[in-house]
Order: sequence, then structure tokens, then C-alpha cells
Amino acid sequence: MTEHRLVYRHRLWVRVTHWINVICMTGLLMSGLQIFNAHPALYWGDYSDFDAPIFAIGEGQSAQGQVEGVTTIAGHSYNTTGLLGLSGDPRDPDSARAFPSWATLPSDLWLARGRRWHFFFAWLFVVNGLVYGISSLIGRHLRRDLVPSSSELGHVGRSLWDHLRLRFPKGEDAKRYNVIQKLTYLLVAFVLGPVMILAGIAMSPRMDASYPILLEIFGGRQSARTIHFILAFSFLGFVFIHLVMVLVSGVWNNLRSMITGWYDIGDDHEKV
Amino acid sequence: MRKSKPLARRAFLSRAAAGASLLPLAGCDQGSMSAWFDNILDSAESVTRFVQRAITGRNALAPEYSEAELSKHFRANGTTDPEDSRYQTLAKKGFADWRLEIGGLVERPMRFSLAELRAFPAKTQITRHDCVEGWSCIGKWTGVHLGTVLDQVKPKPSARYVMFYSADPMEQTLDGSDSRYYESIDLAGAYHPQTILAYAMNDATLPIPYGAPLRLRDERQLGYKMAKYIMRIELVESFANIRGGKGGYWEDQGYEWYAGI
Repeated sequence: MTEHRLVYRHRLWVRVTHWINVICMTGLLMSGLQIFNAHPALYWGDYSDFDAPIFAIGEGQSAQGQVEGVTTIAGHSYNTTGLLGLSGDPRDPDSARAFPSWATLPSDLWLARGRRWHFFFAWLFVVNGLVYGISSLIGRHLRRDLVPSSSELGHVGRSLWDHLRLRFPKGEDAKRYNVIQKLTYLLVAFVLGPVMILAGIAMSPRMDASYPILLEIFGGRQSARTIHFILAFSFLGFVFIHLVMVLVSGVWNNLRSMITGWYDIGDDHEKV
Repeated sequence: MRKSKPLARRAFLSRAAAGASLLPLAGCDQGSMSAWFDNILDSAESVTRFVQRAITGRNALAPEYSEAELSKHFRANGTTDPEDSRYQTLAKKGFADWRLEIGGLVERPMRFSLAELRAFPAKTQITRHDCVEGWSCIGKWTGVHLGTVLDQVKPKPSARYVMFYSADPMEQTLDGSDSRYYESIDLAGAYHPQTILAYAMNDATLPIPYGAPLRLRDERQLGYKMAKYIMRIELVESFANIRGGKGGYWEDQGYEWYAGI
């Protein structure tokens, strides 16, 4: 029989900011797709070269004359009917939309409301991120739990190999994040998040006037919009892997620890 | 901005439908619940306006670009040829009979012809136009500083906002009520050094798709703030009782009045 050994793994403010973040990122992503749908094309540089978007979702016609959803990436077009460009009932004119209604907030094509949601969650996301960032510094979450030691860094390859085989630390080793977790969380919370916010701010004409460096950092407003979009999907990629890891490494144990703080590190002797 | 009319109408209709579906539930307080919720959602606009104004200079200049950076194809936002008989008559004569009326809370209400506006010192700027939809174009605009024109009519101390009334009918309403495009900015924005009433674009007389004979350029806000086909300017203390009460055509349909983001 496996021995249960509960350790207090996540402090209250980490848990609270984590779940607020879940709500914010869901709202931001879905309202962001709503905003993207208002002009479903991405460009590079200061302005939009409408003849040469680097990414676009639209409608096209097949050789048989049927309407289809077409996604164009760097000049290559793909039929994405059912998901991108055309989703739902083809007879319904509202089906012609870049991202499908189930992915956007609100579900109808409604840019004004999408912007309201986006900026509302953006402020909540920023405040929540500040609380997390400052608490991490003061509460030594950053130094104690997140920054890997040099010896840990030497084991990145080993840890990655363990992750790929879905083998996870137990016992004493499970009391703290492993090196892959540390590096991933550092990257997401302290690089991806802030850069995504900055790219969003670089789209504000008022901010561009006072802080033109924003445009220099991202190479123009349209580049900033493209980077904002790419980072949002990078974040989605992180969430996907994160959820898979949560599922395969013990979904109830993980959920309990992120809700109550207590994590079962199991039996030391079963260490793999 | 180029929001198609069906989209706008759709936004309006979905709101109307949402309102109608709540009627049978009025007893359940659903109506005030949704108003309460809308207010929370809309509070972000005040936060954005407050914070952006606090951390940006009042007269910070929007980036200006070089001739080489001009958009090859500048997309015309919104209406490209107003279906208004009075406007069409004026256009046929090259706007020779057009007059800009300025009134409201001013000491001296005045009317200006295009020639009179062109006689003021001209300001030319190459700037980026950001549409609320997400695209940007770079264009060269020439016009008269709005502050110069306002100094002529002398705003009264109670004036807080500058209203712009456009000839653009936008859509036909069933009851014949006014659906024409209008916009508003505050006095600080009106006196910003880059806020101009433009009568020329890319070194040519302002073409009709871009707002002839006169359009607003407010370079630190989104495209929909920059009213085209301006016929009349009015200084007011509040726009709460004008049309939908939100200060502009798109604002009345749910877009932010503060469009610096």
C-alpha cells in the first residue's frame, strides 16, 4: 500500500493568483480571437500591406464553386473549412468568420463587446501579475522555488528525458518543482506574460506617442500585433502541455495542491 | 475603421434582442443584473483613460513617418461616398458652397469656407492611422490646427467637448431619426499640436472616400474618432443629451469614447 505524505506545496497567494490567472487568460484569449476576427490578417512592420499579409484567414471558393474557409500562411493557402474561415452551417452568412463562435467572447461577431472584455481582463491580468511578481520577490517564491541552482541546470537533459517518458519525481524530490518546471514557469510568468502585455500596449496609439520605444522594440505596430498573436498561441501551447502534465502526473493530487495547498509526495521508496 | 454597416446593425440588433428576451424576466431583476455587469465591464475604459493620461504627456507627439513609409494603398475607413443629397450637391460644385459652421458654447459663432480654412497656417504631418479593427495605414495629412480655428470662435469657459457632425447618413432609420455620423473629443485633445482639420491628403485635395471636404485628424486615438465629411462643429459642456448620449456614432453602439487604446 502506498504511504500518503502530504506536504504544503503552494502558498495561498500562489493558489489565488493562479486561478485568477486561469479566468483572465481564458477571457483574454477568447476576446482576443473576437478582436482578431474583425480584421483576420497579420502583417509585419508599421502598417498593413493588405496585398501581402503574413497570415490571413478568409473565405475562398473551391474548384467546384463551393465556399470554403481558407487560411493563408506566408503565401501558402490551406482549406480550413469547419474550423477557420468558415464554420457552422455554410448557408448561414454568420458562418463566414475567422475563428469559430465557440472560440470567441462573445460568440457573436461583436468587436465592441470583445474589446470591453479584453481590456477588462487585461487590467485584472496586470494587477494579478503584479501581485504575483511582487509577492514572488518578497516571499522568496522566486529565489527559493523558481530559480534553478547550477547543479539543477546540469540536469536539464535528464529531467526533460524523464518528462518525455512521463516519469515524475516522488518523495523528497517532489517537494519542490523540478528543473523543467522551474525554467518553464520562469519563462511563462516573467518573459512570455510581460512581453505579451508590452506587445499589446504597443498597439495603443496614445502609448506610442509617449513611448515610441515600444514601436522600436517590436518593429512597428503591425509587428507588435503579430507578436501579440504569436505569444498568445505560445501561451495556449504552454497551457496544453501544462494540462497534459497535470493529467498524467496525478490529476487529483495536483488539483488538491493548487486548491488547498497540500500535495501528496507519496512513498519515498517508490522513487523512480 | 471600415466596420461594415451590417456588422454595426448586427451589434445593435443583438443588443436589442438581448433586451427583448429579458422583458419576461423583468421581475427576476435580470435587467438590472446585466446593467450592473455591463458597468463592471465598461469600468475598464475609465481605468485605461485615467492610467494612460497619468503616464503619458498631455502634448506628447504621435510618431511621424517619412515619405518613403507612406502606405501604397491607404484603406478608406467607414463610408466612402455619403448617400446624402445635400452632400452630393455640395460635392458636385467641388464644395465651393460648403461652409463649416462652428457654434455652441463659443463667444463668436462663425462659418468658414474651404478657402478661409486654407488661408490659416497649414500643418502637414505623416502619421499612422490605426483602425479599431486592427489594421494600420500611413498617410500624409495637411490641414489647419483645430486650436487655431477654436481661438477664432473663442470657447466659453464652460465648454468641455468639441462635437463634430458629419454629412455621412450611415444608415436609413425606419422612423426617420438622425443616424448621421458624429464624434466628440475633449478640449485638451482639440488643442493637441497634431490635432488638425485636414483638407488635403498625400499632397492632393482630400478625396471623397477619405472625408472631403474636411476631416478630423486626432493622431493619438483610433480611426473612428476622426470624423469625416464634417459639416458642423459644436462646443458643449456635456454630450449626455446628444443622440445616444455616448459622444459618438460608434460609442452609441458600444465602442469606447476614449479610443487611445
